Amino acid sequence: MGEKRALKLSGLEPLVITPESNFINVGERTNVAGSKKFLRLINEEEFEEALNIAREQVEGGAQIIDVNMDDGLIDGKAAMVKFLNLIASEPDISRVPVMIDSSKWEILEAGLQVVQGKCVVNSVSLKEGEEEFLKQARKIRRYGAAVIIMAFDEVGQADNYERRIEIAKRSYDLLTQKVNFPPEDIIFDLNIFPVGTGMEEHRKNAIHYIEATRWVKENLPHVSLSGGVSNVSFSFRGNNPVREAMHSVFLYHAIQAGMNMGIVNPALLEVYDNIPKDLLEHVEDVILDRRDDATERLLTFAEQVVATKKENKQDLSWRENPLQERITHALVKGIDSYITEDIEEARRQVDKPIEVIEGPLMIGMNVVGDLFGSGKMFLPQVVKSARVMKKAVAYLLPFIDEEKASAPHAPSGGRGAKGKVLLATVKGDVHDIGKNIVGVVLGCNNYEIVDLGVMVPPEKIIETAKTENVDIIGLSGLITPSLDEMVHLAAEMERQDFHIPLLIGGATTSKAHTAVKIDPQYKQAVVHVNDASRAVTIVGDLLKESSRKKYMDDLKAEYDKFRQNFHKRSKVKEYLSIEETRKNKFRIDWKNSEITKPKNLGVQVIEDLELEKLERYIDWSPFFRSWELHGRFPEILKDEVVGEQASSLFADAQALLKRIFKENLLKAKAVYGLFPANAVNDDDVEIVTPQKGRKLHTFRTLRQQLKKYEGKPNFALADFVAPKDSGIQDYMGCFCVTAGFGTDELAKKFEAEHDDYNSIMIKALADRLAEAFAEYLHEKVRKEDWGYAADERLSNEELIKESYKGIRPAPGYPACPDHLEKQTIWKVLDVDKRIGVILTESLAMWPAASVSGYYFGNPEARYFGVGKICRDQVDDFATRKGIATEEAEKWLSPTITDELPKN
Amino acid sequence: MSKLEDLLSKKILILDGAMGTMLQDYKFKETDFRGNRFQDWPVPLQGNNDLLSITQPQAIAEIHRKYFLAGADIVETNTFSATSVAMADYQMQELVYELNYESARIAKEVAVAVTAEDPQKPRFVAGAIGPTNKTASMSPNVNDPGYRAVTFDDLYKAYKEQARALIDGGVDVLLVETVFDTLNAKAALFAIDELKEELAVEIPVMISGTITDASGRTLSGQTAEAFLISVSHIPLLSVGFNCALGAKQLTPHLEVLSQKTSYGVSAYPNAGLPNAFGEYEQSPEEMANQTREYLERGLVNILGGCCGTTPAHIKAIAEVASEYPSRSLKKNLQSEIL
Repeated sequence: MGEKRALKLSGLEPLVITPESNFINVGERTNVAGSKKFLRLINEEEFEEALNIAREQVEGGAQIIDVNMDDGLIDGKAAMVKFLNLIASEPDISRVPVMIDSSKWEILEAGLQVVQGKCVVNSVSLKEGEEEFLKQARKIRRYGAAVIIMAFDEVGQADNYERRIEIAKRSYDLLTQKVNFPPEDIIFDLNIFPVGTGMEEHRKNAIHYIEATRWVKENLPHVSLSGGVSNVSFSFRGNNPVREAMHSVFLYHAIQAGMNMGIVNPALLEVYDNIPKDLLEHVEDVILDRRDDATERLLTFAEQVVATKKENKQDLSWRENPLQERITHALVKGIDSYITEDIEEARRQVDKPIEVIEGPLMIGMNVVGDLFGSGKMFLPQVVKSARVMKKAVAYLLPFIDEEKASAPHAPSGGRGAKGKVLLATVKGDVHDIGKNIVGVVLGCNNYEIVDLGVMVPPEKIIETAKTENVDIIGLSGLITPSLDEMVHLAAEMERQDFHIPLLIGGATTSKAHTAVKIDPQYKQAVVHVNDASRAVTIVGDLLKESSRKKYMDDLKAEYDKFRQNFHKRSKVKEYLSIEETRKNKFRIDWKNSEITKPKNLGVQVIEDLELEKLERYIDWSPFFRSWELHGRFPEILKDEVVGEQASSLFADAQALLKRIFKENLLKAKAVYGLFPANAVNDDDVEIVTPQKGRKLHTFRTLRQQLKKYEGKPNFALADFVAPKDSGIQDYMGCFCVTAGFGTDELAKKFEAEHDDYNSIMIKALADRLAEAFAEYLHEKVRKEDWGYAADERLSNEELIKESYKGIRPAPGYPACPDHLEKQTIWKVLDVDKRIGVILTESLAMWPAASVSGYYFGNPEARYFGVGKICRDQVDDFATRKGIATEEAEKWLSPTITDELPKN
Repeated sequence: MSKLEDLLSKKILILDGAMGTMLQDYKFKETDFRGNRFQDWPVPLQGNNDLLSITQPQAIAEIHRKYFLAGADIVETNTFSATSVAMADYQMQELVYELNYESARIAKEVAVAVTAEDPQKPRFVAGAIGPTNKTASMSPNVNDPGYRAVTFDDLYKAYKEQARALIDGGVDVLLVETVFDTLNAKAALFAIDELKEELAVEIPVMISGTITDASGRTLSGQTAEAFLISVSHIPLLSVGFNCALGAKQLTPHLEVLSQKTSYGVSAYPNAGLPNAFGEYEQSPEEMANQTREYLERGLVNILGGCCGTTPAHIKAIAEVASEYPSRSLKKNLQSEIL
């Protein structure tokens, strides 16, 4: 068998992969499962920007681009077709071949029908049996594509050497003998799993992959081998030097064994020869499983690697510069070690201490403002600058007060301020990270901030605005009921004849809601501020006499146009009546569905979880987003633009996290329960709780009303629980976790130390810990308390991707947008009594760093979005729940459409 | 193995020239196109050349015969636009089967007759499958690049219908030609491959792309090699290029195919590039001379003519070609070049 056969692919240009070719790099960022940014863009139909991601990848050297649209909330087939069609009209993208990536055959096939070049299908396997496998392979050959075969069969995923080669051999023989599939068009993905996890059975994960690769290369002629490399180092998340070395070592050996293509983040790769010898030895010990204590040794060594990296050289040469330059440097770099000594020096040089603020400090902060405005500084840096500024001002205050005795003066920062901004998180809402960031950023830019904190009633906002004579009001909110509060406040401002602009911000707000619901209430400027960095320019334009009028007129016109388009657009959608949608509910084959009786029925409480246990469950990407650094963790740490900042922020977060663990600064508690349950009346779930004998509680769920494509059901959560009339006993659960006790005290303490940076940080971390706790508890429930997934073994990455069986939707989120059901959860679990988490009048949870939701265990349960619902369902919901329609409308208002069902 | 495949490595096979150019001499008018049967057809039919297989079958047969006598081994059926997609312009989707079947039958009759006159030289019929007038991988609307006027599925159905009628009518080989959008061609190949399985017939397939201009790419943007890779998944008798360019301009692209494929290579260029009036004026001698370069370098197995070519061109080309051996067909030629 001396002949060589190349894997040939094509976009507009050829890609010929021969045994002599270098490793082929597959771009992975156009993948909704892997890139949250891409997911968001596809969700929002920002295809233009999504194309830019594809373009950047190709420019960055990706030789194939992987496109994946598998997400519960996306019509994957339509999105795949649309995106591939758009790529086809961009020659600088479509010059490379496409890898059509989906776990659904119908999406793969739809993709195959719109690509002119020879692409790669990712992936098919023997999972569904031989017949299905051969049918798909025949079609793929006929469409003219290469194919990735996953090492997966009817029994499951291959996780050792023998299973990998068994499945590969069987797949190969079937393909080449039964379908006449060209062997050079076969690519195997033999499953890369993590090593160094501390679990005995993971020790040989890498070596098994490598050895299986070698076997396949030698025994199955002409095939290629691929895989997702970063999996191997999951357990060392957060330690990039070690991860980079692990990737290089793994690839070095895997490539020698025959791996010739794969998904590798070039930013997370160290050159093999550049790996320090001692690190190399430790890493190879783990990858190649050369010693029993290899993982332990690498862990110990890894801490050192991080430490030495961080220590490196503190350049103090800036201390030699003139005073103003030193102050500016300290502000720009956020260094507070020398600020009091420099400020003291400055104070001695002026007549009045206030002049230090108006002079040197303001000059420095203007530099910060300019750098931020031009995108050269990022939010965490600005917050650090603010910390230095506050320390400087705090040092000066006593001197200023002394001065005041003779000449009364406005307090620090107030004098010469560009304007006064009132900020508040609205009534019933407790989330304030974003609001605090806006406050700090505006403060840095010489605005005086009046921050009323969280859960501020409208009367207090109105009254303070009057007494303080503020120039702008900014409102923030995270949960949907806050949207109504904002509408109410805007109306109230109009009624009381206010003439100042109103800013709207926070996670739940949107330009759409602002334009459609809030803006019409108030004749003055209403602006949706989507991120803190824009706040400065917006406030600047609104307060400058010269630009104010034009800015406001433009804005009103823009929102007006937006409203018209919005109404136009929403007309296109077609809704079904609630009765019709029930006929099209999601039907599980209950006779054959696997239902596991929970091992522990009833309510359980976790009083005080050891916080360290949560560390490995943290999803860091949203943490960076809360600081307005966008990108996916851990790649973001190496990002060309924000990488440096992200790394520094991450190091600070790690430091604070270590403190939290060591000093037990936060308290994590949970209450959860699993109960016998059955669906009743189509959309409700009735559960039996053991409280006081037996008690019935009912969860109301909402059903999708948008008319679906043929064959697509209209989901409601109740569909995932066996109906009572089936006679089958089913189960469901609910939970509340918190990691928020202690957050406020800590934040206040930091604020008292003029340390807004850590004050925001602690809240952001508490949020992450609460989410991690929800993840941790869900895993525990799946494996132990309910026990239907006792054998589950998922990496954190897979958890983040929601690869687990069963779901845990939260009230207020897309699958159950109604917050009211939280009250039922509280009743069922006695949440306030048991762990002290309470609900505000808007049904926000307090402490803020808390998560509550349901557990559905059926393997067919999935996340979905209810979308808009019509009035008929609102009425029906109110009747079922026994509340007035107006009451239901109030809570559901962001979810209600005025459209009438068409049938 | 069909006789055509045997012959491919033995001699250079000659394909016919343009049908349209020859039909111009007949100066058919609207009434001639309509014949008796389509007198009352609701839309104008002049220009629907494929319809002439039904309304003026003797003219079509005559042209086929002229090309065979000029030296062609293979003539193409008069079915370039005979798909439901392209026939929609004439509201003749319902007639697609008949158009193809009749065209195939006429050509085959002529081939059998001419072969009987000269049994040393078997004559063949290629069922012509054109690109249709719509593109599956490009948007006709610049403001909406994601839009498509036709889907893979539409094309697949249309091509399957056409290919079935051509096979039923007796063609010896199917020729997917003038491919300007590779996705259209892939739909045709998909349909043909499926049809071969369903009918359990082994009919060879030729494919011929079109390099639109000096950029050296197809209209849908692919290079010659990318095109080759995109259509090589189905066993082919030959892959090549036709139309748009003259013999000389086609040379570098044929070189790519010749180097990279183990299938046969075909070329049937236009009679030079069109002049300012859109007419082709390259003489038979000049064109034959330009194809000599292909032959010297052993680039092709099949040679013929496209727009502007006549039996005189085919005669000149056939004479030159007879001096040279066919391009050698080595299995796995591609891997040796790697």
